[in-house]
Amino acid sequence: MADIDTAACPAIGRGFRLQWEPAQEAHVLLYPEGMVKLNASAAAILTRCDGVRTISDIVADLERAYAICGLSADVCAFMELALERNWVELRG
Amino acid sequence: MSEPLAGCGPQPGLPRGAAGQRDSAAGRPGPPLWLLLELTYRCPLHCVFCYNPIDFGNVGRELATGEWLRVLEEARALGSVQLGLSGGEPLVRDDLETIVAAAHRLGFYTNLITSGVGLTETRLHALRDAGLDHIQLSFQDSTRQMNDFLSSTRTFELKSRVAALIRKYRYPMVLNVVLHRLNIDHVEEILGMAERMGAEYVELANTQYYGWAWLNRSHLLPTRAQLRHAEEVTARFRERVGSRMRVFFVVPDYFESRPKPCMSGLGRVFLSIAPDGIALPCQAARMLPDLTFPSVREASVRSIWYDSPAFNRYRGEDWMKEPCRTCPERTRDFGGCRCQAYLLTGDAANADPVCELSPHHHLVTEAVERAGQAEVAVERPLVFRGKEPLRG
Repeated sequence: MADIDTAACPAIGRGFRLQWEPAQEAHVLLYPEGMVKLNASAAAILTRCDGVRTISDIVADLERAYAICGLSADVCAFMELALERNWVELRG
Repeated sequence: MSEPLAGCGPQPGLPRGAAGQRDSAAGRPGPPLWLLLELTYRCPLHCVFCYNPIDFGNVGRELATGEWLRVLEEARALGSVQLGLSGGEPLVRDDLETIVAAAHRLGFYTNLITSGVGLTETRLHALRDAGLDHIQLSFQDSTRQMNDFLSSTRTFELKSRVAALIRKYRYPMVLNVVLHRLNIDHVEEILGMAERMGAEYVELANTQYYGWAWLNRSHLLPTRAQLRHAEEVTARFRERVGSRMRVFFVVPDYFESRPKPCMSGLGRVFLSIAPDGIALPCQAARMLPDLTFPSVREASVRSIWYDSPAFNRYRGEDWMKEPCRTCPERTRDFGGCRCQAYLLTGDAANADPVCELSPHHHLVTEAVERAGQAEVAVERPLVFRGKEPLRG
């Protein structure tokens, strides 16, 4: 987890698209010939990956929105997984 | 069949990522998450392994632009989200850009499955502006052309030009190559070429035997030794290139002992619309007897998907016979492929004979053994998919 730079700005990866699907009542991540149905926490993180906000911003935002502290480790762990699968790429 | 979005020629795989979704407990099927529009059966190529119906010339007139747009709207309203645009060669349709733009507006993820023939910069520019998300470039040349191609002739230049365009417009380079006995020994050269083209993903898809490929099966089925060699070459190549390029090798199912979960089960996630508007649970399903597949010209996509007898025929497990009916694998492989069961055994409700538990499995192993013999007894000369349907 120390590897993740929390000052970096994650954005949805090239070729991926995030959208809400009413028929599945879920956010999904679409990519060439495939789809991942996201759970609520994955969706909460990914919808904030706009290439402008830093990972720290996203953590702070989530902690405010859900009135919980100490989300940093969870967000970083998810970010590692998302980077590995090219769901997100880091900018700046 | 087996891969929803596979274009002309290749096939299988699952709807990646969306596979394996269980139907709701109530038994009502989920939405057709995958929609494939086979916009036309017209194609500039004449591939011997094409799975288009051999009598495709008898298929009625193609849907008009407005009819395709209505299909998109209705399917999207049901929850379709992955869209494949295939054929034939979809670029033959000069309204492809209009269809892509409408699909993009509706929220589809749009995948173009093309041979690249006809993909000029003008059209690619327009397609990108219309919102096209992804291009899968297939090598669908006939055997003779493939050989020309492997020896760096005109086809290579065409594909290289198209590959360069795809890179220029920042699409990932995804190549699909159909393998069979006549080209499987060239896997090393094929992979080398893909590398030179800057491919990020390469799918080496062994031919599956439907349509024209079924007709040509005795010419196309590789030997075990060929298959082993191709797999070894692929493994060495993977080691050398590492993560720079991902190579998928789809084993021909005739060499397997358990069947593929074709389409993740008929009528579960995949809906294909043929050029004339006939709705199918799999591109090859048109061959299945005793089923009347509905047309989008006469019925709504909703009623076709949920209510038509043709789409309900192979849902669930009630249609299954032994050994599938009591097999623990049935919830995973759905008894394999109905079309393959029909082609090989004459009854689409039988277990796919690829399965070693099928009483008809010998039909598959015998075909593989015959392929291994030095002089293959060929039933008929190799038939190139024509512009005209096959006669007599």
